[in-house]
Amino acid sequence: MPVAWVLILSSFLFSVGIYGVLARRNAVLVLMSIELMLNAANINFVVFNLLLHSISYIGQVFALFIITIAAAELGVGLAIVILIFRNRSTVSIDEVSLMKW
Amino acid sequence: MQIDYAAVAPELVLTGALCIVLVVDLVLPDNRKGLIMPVSLLGVAGTLLALLALAGDPTRTTLGGMFVVDSFAVTLKILFCVAALLTLAMSYDYLRKEGIHQGEFYFLLLCSLLGMLTIASSRDLLPIFVSLELVSVPAFVLAGLQKIDVKSNEAALKFFLFSILSTAVMLFGMSLIYGITGTTNLAEIAVRLAATPVLRSIAVLSVFFVVVGFGFKISAFPFQWWVPDTYEGSPVPVAAFLSVASKTAGFVGLLQIMFIAFHGLADVWRPFIAAVAILTMTFGNLVALTQRHIVRLLAYSSIGQAGYILLPLAVVNVNGGSVNHEAFAASIAYLLIYAFMEMGAFSVAVAYGREGGYFIDDYAGLGYRAPGLAVVMTVFLFSLAGIPPLAGWAAKLFIFRAVIDGHEYWLAVAMAVNTVIALFYYAKVVRRMFFEPAGDGPLGVKVPLLLQATIAVSTVMVLLVGILPDLAAHLARMSTLV
Repeated sequence: MPVAWVLILSSFLFSVGIYGVLARRNAVLVLMSIELMLNAANINFVVFNLLLHSISYIGQVFALFIITIAAAELGVGLAIVILIFRNRSTVSIDEVSLMKW
Repeated sequence: MQIDYAAVAPELVLTGALCIVLVVDLVLPDNRKGLIMPVSLLGVAGTLLALLALAGDPTRTTLGGMFVVDSFAVTLKILFCVAALLTLAMSYDYLRKEGIHQGEFYFLLLCSLLGMLTIASSRDLLPIFVSLELVSVPAFVLAGLQKIDVKSNEAALKFFLFSILSTAVMLFGMSLIYGITGTTNLAEIAVRLAATPVLRSIAVLSVFFVVVGFGFKISAFPFQWWVPDTYEGSPVPVAAFLSVASKTAGFVGLLQIMFIAFHGLADVWRPFIAAVAILTMTFGNLVALTQRHIVRLLAYSSIGQAGYILLPLAVVNVNGGSVNHEAFAASIAYLLIYAFMEMGAFSVAVAYGREGGYFIDDYAGLGYRAPGLAVVMTVFLFSLAGIPPLAGWAAKLFIFRAVIDGHEYWLAVAMAVNTVIALFYYAKVVRRMFFEPAGDGPLGVKVPLLLQATIAVSTVMVLLVGILPDLAAHLARMSTLV
């Protein structure tokens, strides 16, 4: 498997994620876009570990840590989004702008 | 694998303490929740004792080289514990008056502290990432702890979105570094980067990604937008904790990665860091001039301070040597001193804010109504501005010297100009307090005992280090990292 394919896939995922973060105004969709970016890093770690034929599995372990921590982090994030929805009946990040400058 | 339990003793003590805090919160009835505070205080004090027992020992390495306890790690861990103690003391009365759940607050604060302790010892990308998240995730909840306050909600959401986005970018950078070098150990990365010059362009790209990730944590320029909003919206002690401890943790991670792993590419990233540092301090100081809310003023001032701390990175030498050592020591010394002046200024804001308000206009004539509070506030603000003989002056001098030693004179000029700009807004608050007639604010502010202790400790440290700057310089030079 050529390394270029993997890099193209992960870079594509990463770019889609960045686009989603910039273009989406719904907080939940922004969270999903960020998840895509994290998974781009996961693919890199797992595949590089495979291609390096390394005796250590640090790349795969890293991917496991990313999956776990991303789950915890998004749990907290969704809780915050729900809190905002309860208080203001909106999840649009454009409308959450009480404080500026 | 053999684990050196003595090396991880402080972290184990703290983990035990935060489990106890969680259980105590569960069993205590609602009207006695105040008891959790002494339990947490004891937990952090126990951690501090375990750390002091490690001080002076030879370097210990465990967990396969990922976890290193040297004098650098011990110094910073002690700083983090002291910052947490000051935050605990600052928040007790604030939480009771604002009606914020105490158990959750202390538990989350200790979790965040645990992440800070481990990041100071991490010498591998994996624990650096995990510790950084352990610092941040409880902090999101702390920022949003006032559940029905829409400003607090907004603070938490902005903090969370910026943080997780920068984490994703940083992880992508880390995965590329792993791909190029085949390792995640910092020292090993430096060796292999030097050995494979072919993939230099990808290496530079990944360094850029990692710096972006940390740029958020340390509130460097274009990633600082969340800082003033999050500080204003969250409970004030949380803002103090974020601006001191969380920012220092970000700097510790960044300094280790840049100085240990990436110093071989310094000639590529040096100009970039120089530009970021200058933009950060100029932006922070210029926008601070227009602020009317004291917490926002301190937030922008802390952005300006981050620019100063970043500056020595712009003189890093590819081949190592004494310039790197001085630059590293200057940044660390600044962090040590910055913690106390920032903590002090925030604790005065907490002490006065409840009765007097958080706007700078509310401080009019404070010098006549509560002279003690006004005088210590002046000490902290002038220290942040860098006026001798206060500690901030010594801190700026260290940075200045490191930059001059690196022969980057224009950076020194930019810093001097910024120091003058900064003086304007610090002096504006001081003028309000002493040279304006007392408004209709409260006469004589009652400061709770614990808050008094926080202010006293910060004042003593600011004055002491100002008179004997070698204290901080000596601690910073003990680091053998570079």
